[in-house]
Amino acid sequence: MGSKTIKIVLILLSALFVTLMLILPLATVLVYSLRQGWRTFVSCVTDDYTVKALNLTLLTAAITLAVNTAFGIFSAWSIAKFRFRGKQALTTLIDIPFSISPIIAGLVFILIFGRIGWVYPLMEALDVKIVFAVPGIVLATIFVTFPFVSRELIPLMQSQGCDEEEAAALMGASGLQIFSRVTFPHIKWGLLYGVILCTARALGEFGAVSVVSGHLRGKTNTLPLHVEVLFNEFKLTASFAVASILVVIAIIILILRNIVEFRLKREEG
Amino acid sequence: MKKSILSKTIAALSAPLLIVALTAFAGFASDNAAGKISLTNVSYDPTREFYEQYNKLFREYWLREKGQDIEIIQSHGGSGKQARSVIEGNEADVVTLALEGDIDEIRKAGLINDGWVKEFDKSSAPYTSTIVFLVRKGNPKNIRDWDDIVKPGIEIITPDPKSSGGARWNFLAAWAFSDRQNGGDEEKNKEFLRALFANVTVLDSGARGSTTTFVENGQGDVLLAWENEAFLSQKEHPGDFEIATPSLSILAQPSVAVVDTYVGKHGTEEAAKAYLQYLYSDEAQRLEGRNYYRPSNPNILKEFGGAFNLNIKLVNIDDEFGGWEAARVKFFADGAIFDEIYQR
Amino acid sequence: MSSLKTPPERPKRNVIPGFGLSMGVTLTMLSLIVLIPLASVPLVLRDYSLSEFWRVVTDKQTIATYKVSFSCAAAAAVINVFFGVLLAWVITRYKFPGRRILDGLIELPFALPTAVAGVALTTLYSDKGWIGYLFSKVGVKISYTPIGIKIAMIFIGIPFVVRSIQPVLEKLDPQYEEAAATLGASRARTFMSVVIPEILPAALTGFALAFSRAIGEYGSVVFIAGNIPYKTQITPLIIMNKLEQFNYPAAASIALVMIVFSFLVLFGINILQSKISEISRGS
Repeated sequence: MGSKTIKIVLILLSALFVTLMLILPLATVLVYSLRQGWRTFVSCVTDDYTVKALNLTLLTAAITLAVNTAFGIFSAWSIAKFRFRGKQALTTLIDIPFSISPIIAGLVFILIFGRIGWVYPLMEALDVKIVFAVPGIVLATIFVTFPFVSRELIPLMQSQGCDEEEAAALMGASGLQIFSRVTFPHIKWGLLYGVILCTARALGEFGAVSVVSGHLRGKTNTLPLHVEVLFNEFKLTASFAVASILVVIAIIILILRNIVEFRLKREEG
Repeated sequence: MKKSILSKTIAALSAPLLIVALTAFAGFASDNAAGKISLTNVSYDPTREFYEQYNKLFREYWLREKGQDIEIIQSHGGSGKQARSVIEGNEADVVTLALEGDIDEIRKAGLINDGWVKEFDKSSAPYTSTIVFLVRKGNPKNIRDWDDIVKPGIEIITPDPKSSGGARWNFLAAWAFSDRQNGGDEEKNKEFLRALFANVTVLDSGARGSTTTFVENGQGDVLLAWENEAFLSQKEHPGDFEIATPSLSILAQPSVAVVDTYVGKHGTEEAAKAYLQYLYSDEAQRLEGRNYYRPSNPNILKEFGGAFNLNIKLVNIDDEFGGWEAARVKFFADGAIFDEIYQR
Repeated sequence: MSSLKTPPERPKRNVIPGFGLSMGVTLTMLSLIVLIPLASVPLVLRDYSLSEFWRVVTDKQTIATYKVSFSCAAAAAVINVFFGVLLAWVITRYKFPGRRILDGLIELPFALPTAVAGVALTTLYSDKGWIGYLFSKVGVKISYTPIGIKIAMIFIGIPFVVRSIQPVLEKLDPQYEEAAATLGASRARTFMSVVIPEILPAALTGFALAFSRAIGEYGSVVFIAGNIPYKTQITPLIIMNKLEQFNYPAAASIALVMIVFSFLVLFGINILQSKISEISRGS
């Protein structure tokens, strides 16, 4: 087989997989959301509660992204650039939120801050609400997406090794200089993917948030929760219409990413 | 050179973030109007439309009576999950859930006073419903009653009684039917239910999942559903489905209660009580009927005789099963009759 | 680590700065957000005797769900690694119309709420759906069977694998492959000897993430699973059932089993991964 043939076969195989697994499910969502016409679609999407839910979701995703990116960079730096005892255990602990059922992830915060939790008396005394309020939603989202950025960075930084950083350090560069001039150019794609994954997942997170939210309409309902509420009250069309907002946001993120990628590549080239 | 890449990346990433954060905060800033009383009603899934209308009605009533503006915050979700959230600290002033048992769990947690069932009329159930069959147009398998659906070759869709509290009514209604047929022989009842669940092809975790399976994905010949939910499915797909009412079914009583601890904390007891009491007013009862719940006021129920089949014989969980708790322990606890049925 | 740059008299000392700060931040955040919250799971079990715990986690029906969850998650992760490598390769190595769209679609499974994904997949793959209809013609049922569970798990797991492998491939200079090819290695051998070792750690990461995410997944799987006891019930559903009965200790017990098992799997893969990356760096 010539390389051309292989290329075409591989591309076709990828296209088939993506069509079956990603494009058709998305198409299903869009077909359902438009089933009752544009007018219904628009009225579902511009509904007051939908807009409030969208705001909450965006706020949550923004905070989550900031926290997890900071964590990702610090943890990848310490794990990939240094040798220490217990590294495997630490790496595994960072991965833990992935492997935990989102339901459990939400439940752990209930078990801490809820009425049956051990911090509850303190929270009552301070008159602070964590769960069934916005902070709980943010916390649960951070938990679920916690490893995303570090998980992208660690293997990349490990495979890159430490030689360049060591050389820079021996030449007297400061930590920040080493990171920004030596390490960062190597990891920027990984970081970008991590950030995108984290954002997408934070926007769509449902299970954990559902446990801690209390579903108060206009207050603690995120967009995915609003989708579920609509779905459960026998409004499939409306629920898929609202879900398509999330798809659109994801597409916007994708376009932004492409712009960043394009500019960076041009600068490098 | 390289530094500029970093700073540009950061700029590129943070600019949209900042915009997002600002719009989000702006959204919340406009949210807090002060100076009016607010009630939180933690309810279950298919009541959203009803309470949206009822809240408007009550708001007008309260303004008329007390000259005070009242805002009602709604929460909807699976009934059991909603009860759990209240127990875990979701500070509802009133709960309007699918099952008496769910509200009783809140009482057990110490948030609702004993004797709440007696606090409002009709065992604190302002509206009721029952279990019916949703079948495909023209009823091709000729499904009329419970003994039709246990026949070999009939495919049944029902939610799982273990994960959906509402689905327990389906089980209990079938049991009550079999109990009449078999003169109270428990073993025969178990056989009946075993035959029924052997016909179940998809056991969804919730009522809505079952409806999607039956309605959208075309699975099964019959869906066991709450009457109000069957009507809602018909409304979303006019002409595709028929409702078949069995000869005997169970009286499902969605219950309401004031959450005493939280209204004490919020100082909203009077409004919370009035909010639930007003559900029994004639206007509210008619609204319930229009939203496919059976009004508990018999005179107003008669007005909806065209919509509901009023000839169905309805057994009551207290008389038939000795109350919700007894039924739960006997049938749905781990290792109880429902688990036994699946074990072979 | 290269011995050229590290002074030989102090082999353990690392010259790169920032260990204290980055480790401090890492541990603090990890403890606050993950470890302390997780420690409250066993706390619920304080009134639970060991025999009760054991009875709950080894219940016949629960064990049946472990089998379903773990076997489906493993199968889905293997399939995901295969297609993940393929997709990452195609996206980074070939230029063709639609490449950017293909690239961009990868994250969409995350952005879609799991319930919506579950409903959409179930509809699509049921015997009345676009794809499921074709399969039902040849007698294969997908929705409401273990195959359906795997489909949902592949859906939620694919971004992990692609995005783990993609940065490595992007960094890997195609010239190496070309050089190897011009030196006479066949294309397949080039791939096996040049590319595979480079992407193996990342592929393992992808596998681990897709696998563990699939085990815990609830929202999308419950719709497509059918949830018939002993056949298509997954473990998270059993946890939900316990919660539905307000049985926190039983729910926490099963959750604990899942957490411990996932930890062991991840731990093993992490060790493997670091071994491999050390070997490939050393060579």
